[in-house]
Amino acid sequence: MVAVAARTSRVTGRRFRSVTLGALGLFGFALALEIAPRVGVVPIDFAPPTSQILVSLGELVGEASFWTALVDTLRTWALGLCIALVAGVVIGVLLGSLPFVRAATATTIEFLRPIPSVALIPLVIVLYGPTVKSTLVLVVYAAFWQVLIQVVHGVADVDPVARDTALAFRLSPWARVRYVVWPTSLPYVITGFRLAASVALILTITGELVIGSPGIGKEIDNAQQSNAVRTVYALIVVTGILGVLANLLTRFVERRVLSWHPSTRGEEVTPA
Amino acid sequence: MLEVKNLHKVYDGHGRRVTAVGDLTFSVPEGQFACVVGPSGCGKTTLLRVLAGLLPATSGEVLVQRTPVTAPPPGLAVVFQEYGRSLFPWLRVRENVELPLKAQGMARSDRGALAAEALAAVGLSDAHGAYPWQLSGGMQQRVAIARAIAYQPRVLLMDEPFAAVDAQTRADLEDLVRSVWQRFGVTLLFVTHDIDEAVYLGQRVIVLSASPTTVAQDLTIDLPAERDQLTTRSDARFTELRGQVYAQIQKVKAPA
Amino acid sequence: MRLVSRVLLLIGLPVVLLATWWFGSAGSEDFYRPSLSSIMDAFVRTWTWDMFVQQVFPSLWRLLVGYVIAVALGVALGGLIGTYRSVRSLLEPVLEFLRAFPPPVLVPAAILLSGIGDRTKILVIVFGCVWPVLLNTIEGVRGRDEVLSDTCRSYGITGTLRLRHLVLRAASPQIMTGARQALPLAIILMVISEMMAANDGLGFTVLQFQRGFQIPEMWSGVLLLGVIGIVLSLLFRLAERSLLGWYHGQRAGQREW
Ligand SMILES: Nc1ncnc2c1ncn2[C@@H]1O[C@H](COP(=O)(O)OP(=O)(O)O)[C@@H](O)[C@H]1O
Ligand SMILES: [Mg+2]
Repeated sequence: MVAVAARTSRVTGRRFRSVTLGALGLFGFALALEIAPRVGVVPIDFAPPTSQILVSLGELVGEASFWTALVDTLRTWALGLCIALVAGVVIGVLLGSLPFVRAATATTIEFLRPIPSVALIPLVIVLYGPTVKSTLVLVVYAAFWQVLIQVVHGVADVDPVARDTALAFRLSPWARVRYVVWPTSLPYVITGFRLAASVALILTITGELVIGSPGIGKEIDNAQQSNAVRTVYALIVVTGILGVLANLLTRFVERRVLSWHPSTRGEEVTPA
Repeated sequence: MLEVKNLHKVYDGHGRRVTAVGDLTFSVPEGQFACVVGPSGCGKTTLLRVLAGLLPATSGEVLVQRTPVTAPPPGLAVVFQEYGRSLFPWLRVRENVELPLKAQGMARSDRGALAAEALAAVGLSDAHGAYPWQLSGGMQQRVAIARAIAYQPRVLLMDEPFAAVDAQTRADLEDLVRSVWQRFGVTLLFVTHDIDEAVYLGQRVIVLSASPTTVAQDLTIDLPAERDQLTTRSDARFTELRGQVYAQIQKVKAPA
Repeated sequence: MRLVSRVLLLIGLPVVLLATWWFGSAGSEDFYRPSLSSIMDAFVRTWTWDMFVQQVFPSLWRLLVGYVIAVALGVALGGLIGTYRSVRSLLEPVLEFLRAFPPPVLVPAAILLSGIGDRTKILVIVFGCVWPVLLNTIEGVRGRDEVLSDTCRSYGITGTLRLRHLVLRAASPQIMTGARQALPLAIILMVISEMMAANDGLGFTVLQFQRGFQIPEMWSGVLLLGVIGIVLSLLFRLAERSLLGWYHGQRAGQREW
């Protein structure tokens, strides 16, 4: 092991060091959360140590109801994300390519976008009750704006020369979207997808927690109501793992889709 | 006063070893205007960064005002090659010039007076309230020079300051640097890759070889102190000196 | 003429939409979808000054305190972590993990830990909003121009002057990006923490209306939440414009080339 490390170049040495440090950080973090309740920094009844959380997590994994809830959550999340993505891209391309429509809708969008999606919670409860549909409305509403804004920016970013070239060669509107607008906007779409994915997960869990539609969030609420403290924490850890997986997934998609793309675009300033 | 003794610098990192400076020895006496010329990539910026105390030498020694450089020495100002990026975009021109003085704990009124004087010296009195990015490249470079002047350095280092400005602005700025040097009496080390510029500006031209870098030639420029873009550049002596430097550079580029 | 068409473009659609809502819902018999006029009536009736003092201001206060603490904490920690490479390596995976939590799950945990008082809600907002600020600040601090760092070293700009004029300012566009991402999160957390655990506040009140089948009042509360979201985002934009004037000016200039 040591011999291998010594033979590799400095770059890998640094890499090795940072991975080691990172693992150390994670370990230290878990250790701190293990020790803090045990020595009484936080009340052990309400903040169980890591080991106990892991034990309840193990128990959860053995229960069928946990897996049902997990699938429910994933389904709501994926469905909401898909709807938001399709709607955001279609409407965004339309808005972006038709200056008049864009100008006419600008104010409306400016006003609708900052409306917090959670304001809709009482509405969807009375309209649809504690169903997946209620939560979906929240998810789609919140994620849609993320996609839309990025796509509109992306379409606006199309090189005027490329646009004129396409016009000069009398490409059909469809061909213009396909060969000029779409490739330019793609990085923006992906950014929108990434932002939307994390927002959608947040709203999925929120809906389940507050509205009570089926899923992990509802399980957390149930566990809290029945004072099953360790289960609450175990489920929270599950949502964290979901979040990490969502990040990994979006990064993977980003790399796959944009591998051919010349621009390795940095983080655009995103009006979230 | 600057001294460089057997300076050797190797960049080592990212799996690549680059010898940027081979073995450099020279010194610049108090108050001299010395130009350093050399082909691109021969280590001019590296030399300047070592002198400015921004980069440790691999071996050898540099002294500024007889003190070995281990950190940025006091009384030394640098005008960076990337002048645009060396100005704080969130500060106005006057604030950019004043910031180093503020760091020295100078009183507000003294700072203001010095900054105004420096900006006047570079012909930018009107632009003090602008942001750097509202100015042209040449004007930004003047701001960087004004900041250096206001700092009242004993030693001034300039790294290819005019590489990115147009020819007319460049001529103006060259004369500006000459007048600043004459007026403030600093020791000036001016790095350039332009032979004409070096001969026109300096009292002395140090020609560096391509890497591993050494001093290839050390030439005294015996042109009159009063210089002028038109007459000096058409002077026979200027042409002759320029020819010497040019020949030397051709020689170091293609070693026998 | 140009002016008229511009104004029409700006307000045309909102006016059409509102009018559609107003007339479309006029005389509505649907219990859950009352007419806009009755919602407006309820709005005026419900959101009196007293109501603001008792329900709205406490919410906004918690939002403000939590948000400000989150931003300050994010900037301070981000500045620290961004400056030291080994601290960054040590903490990055932990931060990635913590950031990945959907913040609303904090609410049940915070209720377990500290009851349903103000402290819980502020805690939730801080813990949920700190990550975007923190991570963006780290990026900003890392990404600053090394020529500027060299300038500071050469000209003896150190200490707090360096912190103020280099470290924080250079990172301020990213800090603002983080703060902008954190703002909707803060509102979400404020509302749902009040929905899940409170006996006052906007989220609580609106949900009470829903539970009591006071439907027009509930709709008016939804409207008020929307208005608050819009106002906060406008305020944020004003703040950003004055803080980042240099940044937008610089970028606009670069685009012209
Ligand atoms: N930070 C660095 N890391 C590695 N190599 C460098 C670094 N800076 C410069 N070099 C290398 O050192 C040599 C000299 O660079 P520099 O001093 O910038 O030359 P000049 O200013 O004369 O053009 C070049 O080959 C360059 O690639
Ligand atoms: Mg250079």
